[in-house]
Amino acid sequence: MTTELQDPRIVEYDVRTDEMLVNMGPQHPSTHGVLRLLLRTDGEIVHEVTPHLGYLHRCAEKIGENLATPQWIPYTDRMDYLAGMNMNLGMSLAVEKLLGIELPEKAQTIRVLIAELGRVASHLVGMGAYGLDLGSFSPFLWAFREREIILDLFEEVCGARLTYSYITPGGATHDLPKSINLPPGLAALTGQSPDTAVSWTNALGQFLDWLEPRIEEYHTLLTRNQIFIKRTAGLGLLSPDMAKSYGCTGPVLRGSGVDWDLRRDGEEIYTKMYEGYEFEIPVAPFDAAPPEAVCGDNWCRFFVRMMEVVQSIGLVRQAIEKYATAEGAYREAFKLATKLPADECYLETECPRGQMGFYLVGDGSSEPFRARAKSSCFCNLAVTGPLSSGFLLADIPAIVGSLDVVMGEIDR
Amino acid sequence: MTSAPDIHESLVEQFGRDAISGNNLEAIDPWIEVSPGSIVEVSEFLRDDPALLFDHLNDLCGVDYLQPDPKKAKTFEHSPHVEVVYHLSSFTHKHRITIKVLLPRWADDIEGDIPACPSVVGVWAAANWHEREAYDLVGIRFTSHPNLRRILCPEDWEGHPLRKDYEFPLEYHGIRGQ
Repeated sequence: MTTELQDPRIVEYDVRTDEMLVNMGPQHPSTHGVLRLLLRTDGEIVHEVTPHLGYLHRCAEKIGENLATPQWIPYTDRMDYLAGMNMNLGMSLAVEKLLGIELPEKAQTIRVLIAELGRVASHLVGMGAYGLDLGSFSPFLWAFREREIILDLFEEVCGARLTYSYITPGGATHDLPKSINLPPGLAALTGQSPDTAVSWTNALGQFLDWLEPRIEEYHTLLTRNQIFIKRTAGLGLLSPDMAKSYGCTGPVLRGSGVDWDLRRDGEEIYTKMYEGYEFEIPVAPFDAAPPEAVCGDNWCRFFVRMMEVVQSIGLVRQAIEKYATAEGAYREAFKLATKLPADECYLETECPRGQMGFYLVGDGSSEPFRARAKSSCFCNLAVTGPLSSGFLLADIPAIVGSLDVVMGEIDR
Repeated sequence: MTSAPDIHESLVEQFGRDAISGNNLEAIDPWIEVSPGSIVEVSEFLRDDPALLFDHLNDLCGVDYLQPDPKKAKTFEHSPHVEVVYHLSSFTHKHRITIKVLLPRWADDIEGDIPACPSVVGVWAAANWHEREAYDLVGIRFTSHPNLRRILCPEDWEGHPLRKDYEFPLEYHGIRGQ
């Protein structure tokens, strides 16, 4: 009996596989929460990706219609639970825009400081978890070590580690603490005793001094890692026109080469906070990009986040300096029963994951008639389908991970 | 950068007073009301006109204007209706505008028959999921939408939760409600 094939082409025809529907999630580790992707696959090739949402839907908008605006702040924490401070800020600014409240310099400085620190914490998770999606464990542990100290510092400010409710309409709930014990994580890293009493801003300054040189280590671990480049560069191409049409915002939009950041291009009430600060807005394409990388691919989206961490560190440093001389109080009096005018307003702010919008309709009572939270990840996730079709199954986590979605914000 | 009154003027000039049926240019966020029949053409014009170039649909949502609370109803200024609100901005010109489409709460006054509005998915792809959400939560049928299914609630959910007269179900697949 001969084992030789008469015509190899027949075999090629024979091994063609059937189409198969595969469920990825909602408990899949690389879908960043409870996202279910329905994949139509032919062998290893994915032809169609349909995201199914709603597993974390908590009717946050309906709840908002029955609460006074400061009472809704804790619910915004639970939307993007990795950047609670930034969500508080967006909602508070929307209320202040509706009521026409102007804040003292000190309150605004605290807000910039806290929001940018929140951005660093959020991007550290986004970046670490992206490494994890691609099979590299160390960056995740390293990023969490750094983030831990930020959470310790936030805990000293408001008592909470994730669900802060710190920035509220009218300013913030507390001033920055005058004297704290050095956070244990930071004490261990810098070789000091945890009983050392320092001011909060001093502890933060020490942490930033420690963090800044570490960014280079992440570049060695991920950005310039050949395996990482092979998994990300040139994959998941999002053209600028498509990004605009799908309403993508934040690092996803800037990774496609659209120079747009609300901290510079947003509404006056928001950009006013950032007046006098020097910062750059990282936009693809980058000089540091490997030759394989193309503007709008996974690698660029990842690198935008890395560069934003550097910019945010700079902003926090400037805010620390400003805070030392800032005048006024850390908040304006804001009563729970403050009546909202019979008008409406919509405000978007630049959150770590994109532009988070709050739409409030007032009817003369203290509860908004309609409270709407427009999620940035909701729009960013919508491009998964068009981006992923035609790629290998193993590339799907790389593409979804590069969008850095948080399901709590999408489902609300 | 074009101001809201100028945007309104150019829309009226292009489409006439029948299509551009109302406005409030004094509001915190100035808005222009567009009749349901012309929303797609107006959207295309807003996106493509070189002086406007609204290439970013920030948000699309529905609002149910019905005040069920009799105490608040005395001071409530709106007659019962449903609104679709489009928040637009331009990457090029950095200006913003709000567009509204007013619909009856129920089509032909038959309770349970949700009103219809033409879909703008063909103009901004972002509208796809936003319109699905508005259909799901507020109950607006977007005609010629490619895939108008519920997005946040389960597909066999009854009613539209953000309607002001929505009643919470007592039971769902054996799970007791309140």
